[in-house]
This record gives sequence, C-alpha cells and structure tokens, in this order.
Amino acid sequence: MAIAEQDGNASGYAAPETNYINNGYGLKSWLLTKDHKRIAVLYMISISIFFAVGGLFAGLIRLELLTPQGDFSHSDTYNKLFTMHGVVMIFFFLVPSIPATLGNFLVPIMIGAKDLAFPRINLLSWYVYIIGGTLGVIGILAGGVDTGWTFYTPYSSTYSNSNVLIVAFAGFLAGFSSILTGLNFIVTIHTMRAPGMTWFRLPLFIWAHYATSIIMLLGTPVIAITLVLMMLERAFGFGFFDPRLGGDPVLFQHLFWFYSHPAVYIMILPSMGVMSEMIACISRKRVFGYEFVAFSSVAIAILGFLVWGHHMFLSSQSTYAGMVFSVITFLVAVPSAIKTFNWTATMYKGSIVYNTPMYYVMGYLGLFLVGGLTGLFLSNMGLDIHLHDTYFIVAHFHYIMVGGQVMGYLGGMHFWWPKISGKMYPEALGKASAVLVFLGFNLTFFPQFVLGYMGMPRRYHSYPDEFQILNVASTGGASVLALGYLLPGIYLIWSIFKGANAPQNPWGAKGLEWEVADTPPTTFNFESTPVVTEEAYQYGPIEEH
Amino acid sequence: MWTDFPLFPEQASSFALKVDGIYFATVLLSVFFAALVSVLVIIFAIKYRRKSPDEIPRQIAGHIGLEIFWTAIPLVLALGMFVWSTVLYFHITTPPANTLEMYVVGKQWMWKLQHPEGKREINELHVPLGQPVRLTMTSEDVLHSFYIPAFRVKKDVVPGRYTSLWFEATKIGSYHLFCAEYCGTEHSRMIGKVHVMEPQDYQNWLTGGVANEPMEVAGERLFEQYACHTCHKVDGKGRGPSLVGLYGKSVGLEGGGSAVVNEAYIRESILNPAVKLVAGYKPIMPTFKGQISEEGVMQLIAYVKSLKAPELTSVE
Ligand code: HEC
Ligand SMILES: [Cu+2]
Ligand SMILES: [Cu+2]
Repeated sequence: MAIAEQDGNASGYAAPETNYINNGYGLKSWLLTKDHKRIAVLYMISISIFFAVGGLFAGLIRLELLTPQGDFSHSDTYNKLFTMHGVVMIFFFLVPSIPATLGNFLVPIMIGAKDLAFPRINLLSWYVYIIGGTLGVIGILAGGVDTGWTFYTPYSSTYSNSNVLIVAFAGFLAGFSSILTGLNFIVTIHTMRAPGMTWFRLPLFIWAHYATSIIMLLGTPVIAITLVLMMLERAFGFGFFDPRLGGDPVLFQHLFWFYSHPAVYIMILPSMGVMSEMIACISRKRVFGYEFVAFSSVAIAILGFLVWGHHMFLSSQSTYAGMVFSVITFLVAVPSAIKTFNWTATMYKGSIVYNTPMYYVMGYLGLFLVGGLTGLFLSNMGLDIHLHDTYFIVAHFHYIMVGGQVMGYLGGMHFWWPKISGKMYPEALGKASAVLVFLGFNLTFFPQFVLGYMGMPRRYHSYPDEFQILNVASTGGASVLALGYLLPGIYLIWSIFKGANAPQNPWGAKGLEWEVADTPPTTFNFESTPVVTEEAYQYGPIEEH
Repeated sequence: MWTDFPLFPEQASSFALKVDGIYFATVLLSVFFAALVSVLVIIFAIKYRRKSPDEIPRQIAGHIGLEIFWTAIPLVLALGMFVWSTVLYFHITTPPANTLEMYVVGKQWMWKLQHPEGKREINELHVPLGQPVRLTMTSEDVLHSFYIPAFRVKKDVVPGRYTSLWFEATKIGSYHLFCAEYCGTEHSRMIGKVHVMEPQDYQNWLTGGVANEPMEVAGERLFEQYACHTCHKVDGKGRGPSLVGLYGKSVGLEGGGSAVVNEAYIRESILNPAVKLVAGYKPIMPTFKGQISEEGVMQLIAYVKSLKAPELTSVE
C-alpha cells in the first residue's frame, strides 16, 4: 500500500520492486539478454530507427513528385530513393514490426509462459536482423541500390550498376531473422501454454501470430533462395533469369512472389490480431464469432500461398494460370470480410470507451476497409490490365501495409505501452496522433487511387503535367502523416521519464498479461504458472445464440 | 456524363467503356460495403458508448446463422466478379482475325516500332481509327511494359520472348504511351504518343515521306543474306521444310505433338531451332542467336508470313 501511494497510484496497485526493466543495468545486460521482453524492446528501438530512415526516403520521394519535371533529384537518385524506401520499410520495418516487438513481448505472457521456447535463438534472430540492417545501411551509404525492392531480373542481375549484391544479401539476412522468430512462436504456442489454456481459449492475437509464423517459416526460405540465385547470376553469370544466359526472367517473378505475396499477409495478419484484442477491450465484450475470426487468420495464411500469380497477369503467364490465381485471390476477400463483420458485431451492444486505443481501432477499420476493398479491383484480371504497375497499386498496398499494419502497430503500442513501459502517456496527444495519422494517410494515398486510374505508372521520376494536382495533394498529406508519426515518438519517450505510473490493468482488459502479470512484468512474467479457467475475453457470463 | 469527367483517362478504344463499366461496378460495391461497415461502427460507437466505468455489457458469443450469411454473401459476390472479370480479360486478350500487324521492340529507354509497310517510328505509334491492331513485342534488354491508358491496355515486354496485345482505337487524337515496368535510369522518360488517325490519313502517312522498304522485303533480303534460302526452298526440296503457307498452320513435331505456327514459334525456330524439330527433319539448322537483331527477326517473320500458299495449286 505504501508503495502504491508513493507512486501516486489511485487504483492501489502495488507494483513489484524488480521488474524486467530494472532487473540488471548496463548495456551488457541488454545486449546479452535472453528475456523475450528485453529482446522485444531491442527490436522496438531498432525498427523505429529503420522506420525513420524509410520515412525520410518517402519524404524525399514526395518532394520530388511535387513537380512534374523531375527537377529535385537526378533520375538515378530518385530510383534509389524509392528502392531503398521499399527495402528498408518492408524488410527492416514492416515484416518484423508487430511480431518481433509486440509479438515477442506478449506471446509468452498471453499463454502463461515464462519465455519463448528458444530464448537464445530469439536473441540470435535480433543479431541476424542487426547484421542484415547494418549491411543494408552500408549498401545505402556506398551509393544505394536502384532495382526496386522487387529486384526484378534481368535488370537486377545484369543491368543495374548499383550495390545490388550487398543490399540483396541484407534482405536475405533479414529473412533468416524472421524464420527464427516464426519457428520460436510456433514451438512456443504448441508446447508452452499454461494449464487450462486450450487452443480455443487463446487470445486471437496468438492465433494471428501463429498464422503469421507459418508463413514466415514456409515462405521466407523461398525468397532467400531466390535472392541467392539472383546474386549468383549477377556475381558469376550463372544463367537462371537472364535470357541472354539461357534463363527465364519470368521464373524470377514466380519465385519472388511465391514468398512475397504471403509476406504481404505477414504485414497484415499480426495487426488483425492486435485489433481483435483492442476491439474486445474497448467494447468490453467477447469477440463475436471467436472461432471464425481465429480460423479466418489461418485461412488467409493458407490462401496466401496460392495467389502469387496475381502479380503476373501481364507477364506472359498463361491465361488459365491467371484465372486460377484470380479466383483464389477473390476468395481471400471472404476471410477478410468475416473478420470485419465479426469485429463490427463485437461492438454491437458493447460498452464502448473513447480512449486512444479506441481512436486507433476506428482509424484502422476505416483504412483497412479501403485497402481490402481495393484488392477486389486488382484480383479482377480485366481491370488489372489497366491498373497494374500504376499508382492504384501503390495506393492499395499502402492502405494495407501502412493503413493496416502500421496503424495496428501504433494502436497496439498505445494499448500495451503501459504494460511495456509501466507508464501512461497523455491521452489527448494519443487521440490527436490517431486523428492526424488517419487524416494524413487518407490525404496522401487516396489521390493515388485516382492517379492510378488516370494511368500514372509507378516508379516515375517525372510525369505528365495533368497528374500534378493530385501529386501535390499527396505530398501535402504526407506532411500531415509525418507529423502524426512524429508525435507518438515524442510523447511516448517523454512518458518514460515523466509519465504517471501505470496501474496493472489500466483499460480493465481481460487476459493474462493484464490480469496476472505485473506492470511492467517481472523477468519470468509470473510468480507461479497461472492456471486458466475461462474463455478469452470473458468480461461476463457468455450467452450462446 | 462521366465520359468527360477529367479525373479519368479518355475512352479511346473499344475496351475503354467495358473496363470503365466493371470499374464503376466495383466502386459501387466497395462504397456500399465500406459505408455499411462504417455506418454500423459509428452507430454502435455512439449508441453503446460506455455509460459508467463498471458497466458490463451482455456477452454474446456469436451467431452461426449470421456467420453463414456473411460468409456466403461475399463468396457469391466474389465469384460473380471473377466470372465477369474473366470474360472481360478473354475479350481484351483475344484478338479478332484480320488485325493490322505491327511490331514493337523495347530497349532502355525507347520504343522502336515497325509497320509492315516499312515505316519505322521511335516513341510514336500511328494507328488508323476503327481497325483492330495487333502488336508483337519483345525487349532487347530488361523488362518493359507497353501501356496506353486511354485504350486500357497494357502488356509486359519481356526479353527472350514475344508478347502481344491488341486494340481498336475509337477516337481520333494523341494519347500517352508509357513504359509501366521499371527498367532503370530513364524509365519515366520511356514514354511516347499514340496517334489515332482517319484510315485515309493513315494510308497517306504510311506512303508519305521517304520511301520505305516494306518489312517483308527487308525480310526477304535477310533470308538470302543469312542463306536461309539454301535449305528452305519454295518447293520443299531443300534440306529444310518449305516455309510457304507455314504461318497459322499446325506442324507435327519430331517425337510427337504439334505446334501452331505463330510469331513466337518462328522466332524460336530461328534462334533455338533444336527446341522444336519439325517431324521428319534432322537438327541441322544452325542457330542464329546473337547474329540477327530483334528487328531483323521480326522482318524475317513478316517475310515468312507473306509466303502464302498459292490458292489452287496446293493439291499436289
Ligand atoms: C542448314 C540448313 C538450314 C538453314 C541455313 C536454315 N534452316 Fe531453317 N530449318 C532447317 C531444317 C532442317 C528445319 C526443320 C527442323 C527444325 O525444326 O529445326 C528448319 C526449320 C525452320 C523453321 C520451322 C519450319 C516449320 O515447318 O515448322 C523455320 C521458320 C525456319 N527453319 C526458318 C529459317 C530461317 C529464317 C533461316 C535463316 C535465318 C533458316 N531457317 C536457315 C534447316 C535450315
Ligand atoms: Cu500478392
Ligand atoms: Cu520502363
């Protein structure tokens, strides 16, 4: 009680004196840690740096596109900017974003475990990521790479004069780091659940991470091999993809998208898990149709492996192959719709609170709706002929990957920040950031749908005059968006030093991480292994219909 | 109506209206679902706003009927969209008979175009109004993509193989031609114009200016220059098969199977003759890979296509 009063904590929660943050000081205690929570923090710091770098590149791209002439930078510079924006954001930010940070922190706690199954491998994955990231930075400083993040052959393997090898190798390493994370999650979820934590009592966050891990484990090796083949062709002239060496450039696209389409779901599924948690909490209600939401994650992961050819409707792939890819892509709409409707139904007759997480949930739903529905335009083969490789695609995948995953990541950060840091952030600023991100995002990317339908191709350094107005709007939006991203960076760091101490369960949420684990959690999460006796999100007695 | 709405590209081909139709249908469908969910979410957020901090709402686990309902509706709609889009796709990718044939070679960073009558252009393409045109395309180096937004057509241009697209222009004017697949430094300058002209103006344009050697004549010259004619005799008595009337035919292959003779087949026969051997012949044809330019190969193809079987003497 005395401690609680010292903390100025009204709820009377007595936080333990040692937690994972103050259990050991000094750089070494962090860099050699095997604690999943500390590794999550290491990841948080590193991906934030890469997010800033990738964002800087995005800013420069938008500056160039203010005017049609291509006068701000040389075309080679511009090509490097969008390539490095893509490489940094995808390999070093989006893929690890939620799994390596929130996932790392929460998966063991949510299932009632002391740590992940392989703590050392978890640390190794961070080091592999950091080595990859360092190589990537070296590649950038040495002059960058200009192939596009897709590394399409034969441009990447034969024609480009930039640092393809080192940057591709950096991507290769980042891939291995996510294989290690995925492996760790799968084994942990299978073997380390607390007594009573059956599969259908798992929080949906865990289901989403389980599905994500399957993709990481099965898909990532393919991209790793593909990048190696491309590098072999570039370094030693082995003919895999360049027709002059007897290779097939379209083969590269098959191999590349076999991973990279499922990877798109690595960049959205975790955020769906985050949303399920947050919606249940802000509505104080069990997630409607829990099993359907859980299985829709798995369905998305499985279908995700069968749609890669929708990136190649125009690549001279056979028409019948195209049809199969098209219909399966349309089918992805079904599990996505199931999730959306169940989330909506969860709010029905709920008890909805207006806090920062709620603002992020609202923003997420809006952006994800647009992102998901515009997918229908691109799975449509007849329309895709016109839309492929235009700004329509650029807008669509930013709605999914930035509107979805980044919104989910930020929302999740605001939701679990009290647990992670032990501190509260200023609510008003939190809401303001959600609103800024939502408005800025729409202003940046909605005009790009229109640009795309008007026919503006992507990766254009200069463009015809009639596209300028919409590009100016987009650049204006990007400035608002940048502000929206900067703001949480400032007040979250501020809260570490000056924020009020967080109670154990500030949102009154359900789940082991809120109800049993301390704030911030102790090194081994629980004093003794918790025993689970109820369903997930059981805010009250559950009625069946 | 929205035909002139400035936020859309011009509708200048026979596909444009169809593509815009499916586009607007999809927009409507999307707006409907986006509005449905947004409105519900907003209503719920207002109506079920937390009234007191310890309020616990009634817990509803789920509703199987509802789940089936909102699984089935998207499923049916998705499959319907799929059927419509596939029909459209087949329409856009299946050229009619009697197209005007033109040839495109992409290279970093320009489009080179040839008309069978001999006119050559760079970054510009003249086409007649109201006549289906088919382009046979390849690249000399990296991937490119041939894109005319006003026609709603696009196709990747791939080194080492032929791709093709067709369109029928329906409106006089000049339209953007873009390279849509990133191809290096000056990708955004690999652009040009497509000029749609009255058929008569097109004829005048074709015959105007410097006298041009038709592609098939240039091809015939190459045919002699590379000594193709020593093996491929008109009467079929050479060491290779006669190429007369070959185009469009189906030929039997050594080891079984058959192949339809199109541009891609002829190209492969010249550059990789051993891949598909004509039944009854030995693999003696040398490869011309690296010796004849992509444009030269196209001229040879135009020549082979011009070797029509004489009308009545085909019975031997
Ligand atoms: C040394 C003799 C020889 C020369 C020279 C030669 N060919 Fe051939 N060509 C053949 C033989 C034999 C075949 C049938 C076996 C095969 O498919 O390779 C053939 C097949 C073809 C075919 C496929 C015919 C079919 O019925 O399907 C085409 C087209 C062709 N050649 C074009 C050319 C062209 C164009 C050249 C010159 C650039 C050329 N050939 C030079 C011997 C020759
Ligand atoms: Cu995809
Ligand atoms: Cu290009």
